[in-house]
Amino acid sequence: MRIGVVTFPGSNSDVDSLNALAVAGVEPVSLWHESPDLKGVSGVILPGGFAYGDYIRAGVIARFSPVMGGVKEFAAAGGLVLGICNGFQVLAEAGLVPGALLRNRSLRFAGRLVNIKPDRLDSPFTRSANGAPMRVPVAHGEGCYYADEAMLDELEANGQVLFRYVHEDGTPALDPDEPANPNGSLRAIAGVCNSAGNVAGLMPHPERMSEAILGTDGGMQVVRSLIESAREWEAAGRPVAAPKTKVEAGR
Amino acid sequence: MSDFRYAVNVLPKSGILDPQGRAVELSLPHLHVTNVSKVRIGRRAELTVTAESEPEARAVVDGLAKELLSNPLIEAYTVELLVPQP
Repeated sequence: MRIGVVTFPGSNSDVDSLNALAVAGVEPVSLWHESPDLKGVSGVILPGGFAYGDYIRAGVIARFSPVMGGVKEFAAAGGLVLGICNGFQVLAEAGLVPGALLRNRSLRFAGRLVNIKPDRLDSPFTRSANGAPMRVPVAHGEGCYYADEAMLDELEANGQVLFRYVHEDGTPALDPDEPANPNGSLRAIAGVCNSAGNVAGLMPHPERMSEAILGTDGGMQVVRSLIESAREWEAAGRPVAAPKTKVEAGR
Repeated sequence: MSDFRYAVNVLPKSGILDPQGRAVELSLPHLHVTNVSKVRIGRRAELTVTAESEPEARAVVDGLAKELLSNPLIEAYTVELLVPQP
């Protein structure tokens, strides 16, 4: 099993992601932003960082890099793509997941530990999770999840909300000004997926909680979910994921 | 072929939280300014397009404004043709 991690100029969590994959026992494959060749991997991670300096808006310039051509084709063919932090911003700008990430409501860079909880345990990115709150770091200035009310309702109805910021007791941090919600995200949304379910983005960094020496290896629940789903996708002969609805990004 | 110079002004859509605008508003009392409100902060890009005609040049700018300079989900933009100063 080989899973790819894209390095953009300015990526900084690519190494953490490669390490988390190695810890999970699969072969990590480095992918370079200048080539659309995904080297036959079975899944792709777009890592955290500040791709192309986050100029104009975080993620928008990365959206036009050659590798994203390959990622778009891979996603359209049913391949699993996980965007973490800056990777989520890239996917949102590329229209591969719905919504947008605004400047944090506090205007401060949020760099600390938060609690998130999967909304559902039957998605390709949460299937190995135990359903309890996970303690994971956030490190971003633009992580305030936004979509208009109609789109938010539709995302919830379709089960496209994958993670929410929660209090320690697991209740969602719905008030955008409370500290458990680190960026003011609407409806406490920390992660979403596309309507077909094979492309997901989340702001927190599960790959940075990959080993007990880092405090906890709780983040591996997300990494292992991705790997199991990719394995299943390969075993099934790479089926194309069917979109359930038309709700996608604004682009 | 002629050169056409444009400005693209991008602002957060109304109803979208603009924390920069809010921060500026909160700073106004320190400047003893009390009659300013509804501050919105955006960005402006100026660029030159070489094209056969103004409509052709404007179409290029419109495309860039939609795809790159703004995100239509959260931002609105206007395009203005800049007239060279004599």
